Amino acid sequence: MRAYIIRRVLLIIPTLFILTVLVFLSVRFIPGDVIDIMASRLDHAMAAFDREAVERALGLDQPVYVQYGRWIGVLPTPDWVTGESRFRGLLQGNLGHSLVGGGYAIGERILDRLPVTFELGVLAILIGLVIALPVGIYSAVRQYTAADYVGRSVAIMGLATPNFWLGTMVMIYPAIWWAWAPPMEFVSFSEDPLGNLGMFLIPSLILGTYLAASTMRMTRTMMLEVLRQDYIRTAWSKGLLERSVILRHAVKNAIIPVVTLVGMQMPILVGGSVIIENIFNLPGLGRLMLDTLTDRDYPVVSGLNLFFATVVVLVNLLTDLLYAALDPRIRYE
Amino acid sequence: MGDVSRLTPAGAEPVAGAAATGQAGLRKFFGRLVREQPLGTAGGIVILLLVLVSIFADSLAPYRYQEIHLRDRLQGPSAQYLLGTDHAGRDFLSRLIHGARMSLTVGLAATALNVVVAVLIGGTTGFIGGRLDLVTQRFVDAWMAFPGLLLLLTIMSIAGRGMLQIIIVLGVSGGIPASRVVRGAVLGVKENVYFQAAQAIGSSRRRSLLRHVLPNIAAPIIIIFSINVGGVIMSEAALSFLGFGLPPDIPSWGGMLSREGRQYMEIAPHLALWPGVCLTVVVYSLNMFGDAVRDLLDPRLRGRLGRYGAARK
Repeated sequence: MRAYIIRRVLLIIPTLFILTVLVFLSVRFIPGDVIDIMASRLDHAMAAFDREAVERALGLDQPVYVQYGRWIGVLPTPDWVTGESRFRGLLQGNLGHSLVGGGYAIGERILDRLPVTFELGVLAILIGLVIALPVGIYSAVRQYTAADYVGRSVAIMGLATPNFWLGTMVMIYPAIWWAWAPPMEFVSFSEDPLGNLGMFLIPSLILGTYLAASTMRMTRTMMLEVLRQDYIRTAWSKGLLERSVILRHAVKNAIIPVVTLVGMQMPILVGGSVIIENIFNLPGLGRLMLDTLTDRDYPVVSGLNLFFATVVVLVNLLTDLLYAALDPRIRYE
Repeated sequence: MGDVSRLTPAGAEPVAGAAATGQAGLRKFFGRLVREQPLGTAGGIVILLLVLVSIFADSLAPYRYQEIHLRDRLQGPSAQYLLGTDHAGRDFLSRLIHGARMSLTVGLAATALNVVVAVLIGGTTGFIGGRLDLVTQRFVDAWMAFPGLLLLLTIMSIAGRGMLQIIIVLGVSGGIPASRVVRGAVLGVKENVYFQAAQAIGSSRRRSLLRHVLPNIAAPIIIIFSINVGGVIMSEAALSFLGFGLPPDIPSWGGMLSREGRQYMEIAPHLALWPGVCLTVVVYSLNMFGDAVRDLLDPRLRGRLGRYGAARK
């Protein structure tokens, strides 16, 4: 197990390195360079500024690899006022500052907004599992019955329904039919726990049902595969109750790959949160992403991209390790 | 090379033969589709309708999609405007019909680009292998770590809104993960005895690639294409919904849903309803059709059906 963990952890180092390179380079593809964008944000009084001085101050006169090294935090960055050099990069937890909105620290803003997106994501995953596991298991156990067909059709339908449309429908039709609309005024959990959960209920239901569709399909496939194994036949022939065969022998083994799937759903969850937070007025990271994209505040956009990509890589690592912990066959391969 | 052509005396024949079997194979394929995959066939029929609507959009639409009738703004369905009008008094049905054309154009063009990019990256790295493969795969890993929609939003905000931009962005960014599948297929072909035999008799790289590898990865390529179209259409709609897809003057389902749909949702709910219904039906049909194509073409899945699907009626 230890060898497996070490190998798996080492494998993410090149991936993380390339991630940072891609994000670093992406800022350079922005039409009109950063200084032009900054200048356009400045007051007219400051319009006549010394371009070269700004370039020097920002370190843009240095070779690309020096800039990258400073950004990562393996090379010291000189302070543009005092001139003293310090390590102020990603490795020190510094994601830089925004161009718009007073130049706030990006890392802090992400941590501020994270709880909302985290709550939405966790609720969506829970709702997804609560729906998907029973339906998927039942669908497999009663394969080719009406219930199986209904469950599968609904799941496929769920995958084809755009969540931005579903979100919009929830805003429109209950308002017309019953004069009811989802709460749009954000309340934090510490202020009003019930109001907060009420606010998250519908957004996480929409995201959760979407996740449930693929989880349900996966659960069904895995259950079907397990149900045809020899040890299940043995369990049946021992005269065990169906309940015992299904829950204790089959589900336990079928559920392992589903763990991986939940990890793989992270990117979908992040994308969904951009849409859902925007529709339901939730002040999370997805909302921040869209706002900063509209402002063309690229340092924040890059910071968010890097943050989410790192989360995805780490979650994938965790699911792989969890998978290995649950299923000894993986470790010894 | 000369040796090989002497081994197959009728040099021109395989090509003609391949064309003939290709046609018969196609007929056989559709026969099996209709017999074994009723849902996939239904999906295929919807897709066929979509294609026809897109081709004949100009004659099918009762009005031109940009035609403004200011006096008839935000009307409900009537005999004059079958699905009502939007905030500028434009006929909504006509806009939906043209939206179908936009969706399909983006879907097909970007998916075609997916395949090209996937074959270029996956084909070459899988075929050449070694260090190139190792390095490229780490880049693909890193690329796949970025959540799709975030990446698309970022690139679209840099590239600017537009039909060409969205096709290129969706085409390239979707092609990179798909290259994994092509690479896997190429590696699979290289394991085969016929490939090793070709190598042994001195078949050149070019010949191996064109005559042995490419024809044998046709199935995964078709599968990528049929599976991806729905996703591409959905991505375009999501981007347009968020304001980073097609510009407002082009009628796209996602854009219609966000602008007209959400702005006037209390007084004209139909403006938000229909684009979503169209999207759902089209993506559902494409997914069903794609699944059916995959089941028919992927021999491994067929094997699984044989093993586990004995109870299939």
